[in-house]
Amino acid sequence: MQQIINFILKYKNFLLYVLLMIIALTFTIRAQSYHHSKFFNSANWLTGNLYESTNSVSTFFSLGIENKKLVEENKRLRHQLFNQKKDPAVLLDSTKINYEVLSGQVIKNSYSLPRNYITLDKGSSDGLEIDMGVITADGILGIVEHTSKNFSLVQSILNVKSRINAKIKNTNHYGSLTWDTEDYRTAQLNDIERLVPLSIGDTIVTGASSSIFPENIPIGVIENFEITTAQSSYHIDVRLFNDMTTVKNVYIIKNTQRKEIIELESKIRND
Amino acid sequence: MTSNSTFIIVIRFILLILVQVLVFNNLNFFGYINPMVYILFLYWYPINDQRFFFILLSFLLGLMVDWFSDTMAIHAAATVTIAYLRPTIMRFCFGANLEFQNFRIANATQAQQIVFLVLLIIIHHLVFFTLEIFSFGNTLLILKKVLFTSMATILLSLLLKTLFSVKKQ
Repeated sequence: MQQIINFILKYKNFLLYVLLMIIALTFTIRAQSYHHSKFFNSANWLTGNLYESTNSVSTFFSLGIENKKLVEENKRLRHQLFNQKKDPAVLLDSTKINYEVLSGQVIKNSYSLPRNYITLDKGSSDGLEIDMGVITADGILGIVEHTSKNFSLVQSILNVKSRINAKIKNTNHYGSLTWDTEDYRTAQLNDIERLVPLSIGDTIVTGASSSIFPENIPIGVIENFEITTAQSSYHIDVRLFNDMTTVKNVYIIKNTQRKEIIELESKIRND
Repeated sequence: MTSNSTFIIVIRFILLILVQVLVFNNLNFFGYINPMVYILFLYWYPINDQRFFFILLSFLLGLMVDWFSDTMAIHAAATVTIAYLRPTIMRFCFGANLEFQNFRIANATQAQQIVFLVLLIIIHHLVFFTLEIFSFGNTLLILKKVLFTSMATILLSLLLKTLFSVKKQ
């Protein structure tokens, strides 16, 4: 017994180092395969409030640009609304609504890591839930991974864990959008069959088989593509519409039928 | 340890975290270079202090930076590694000078100080980017990131070190 205690006392620094290293590695490896740690992310009271207060200062200097962007988007939406054939009152019938839209602001953004996360200033008390889609006026941004009371953590599309169902606009060829960490301006689209005719400049939008995003939300345009030698599918570089470095105002999309879809899918899987 | 130096360490701990997460994490030189200047905490920490406590404190420092930047616990792992290796690195850099009772890093030669800082930064960055990329197929990418980020960190740390240098006694 005496010897064991002596041993521990003699090597206490080394043992402490090994213990702390194991804790750190456990945190890291678990977060790489599963969800980000529940308590250990920047969507909490302390970090959230700090980021929010510093953000309120820095936002002030970009107000002009943000205003211009919002007017630009309003103009586009009005254009769509005025040229719509259907009666707008019918479209707002609450029984026919599939998606609800909430708004928020980015208070922390990152795009230089392999696993990037964005922190928003809205949380569960504003109606945000895990697995809601997040978009900007230009295109998609990510998926909500965690919420606290007043803040939420969004897994950016610039994250090696991100898999988003996407398709080529006006066709039914689906693939999944991933990121290879090389450049924050381009993402990669895989699993599009080689028989599909492609050309540089084609638009990529979100696909229909995701219960998170509505169909046809813009993602980007094809920058270049090649056929992978091993597989019979394309490897496509997609230039994102979103400038991931300056995102500020975002929309969070809630699919009101998602619960039903998931229930149905799990029923089929269980059979 | 006097209460005065404890106070300085606490202030330094908080300020370095804030500067790191609010300023240096958002620099993004060339899209991916973010210098990690909080390593200066380990450089400035008193030499003859309790090692056990120092390792624990360094882990906490890394963990706080991780907490703010959503990087799991990579900063913590890298920081605790250099905290554990610090006495070995110091023996390598300062040699016999360490034996003197009133030796302080500020009294060492400029070259010795820089070598000490550079070694801390490079070991930290090696652990950090190995864990961040987490696949050994990308050795070249890891080395590239270590090289460029180290250069940025070394440059900024030297600047900060000169700005807030302790007066020679």
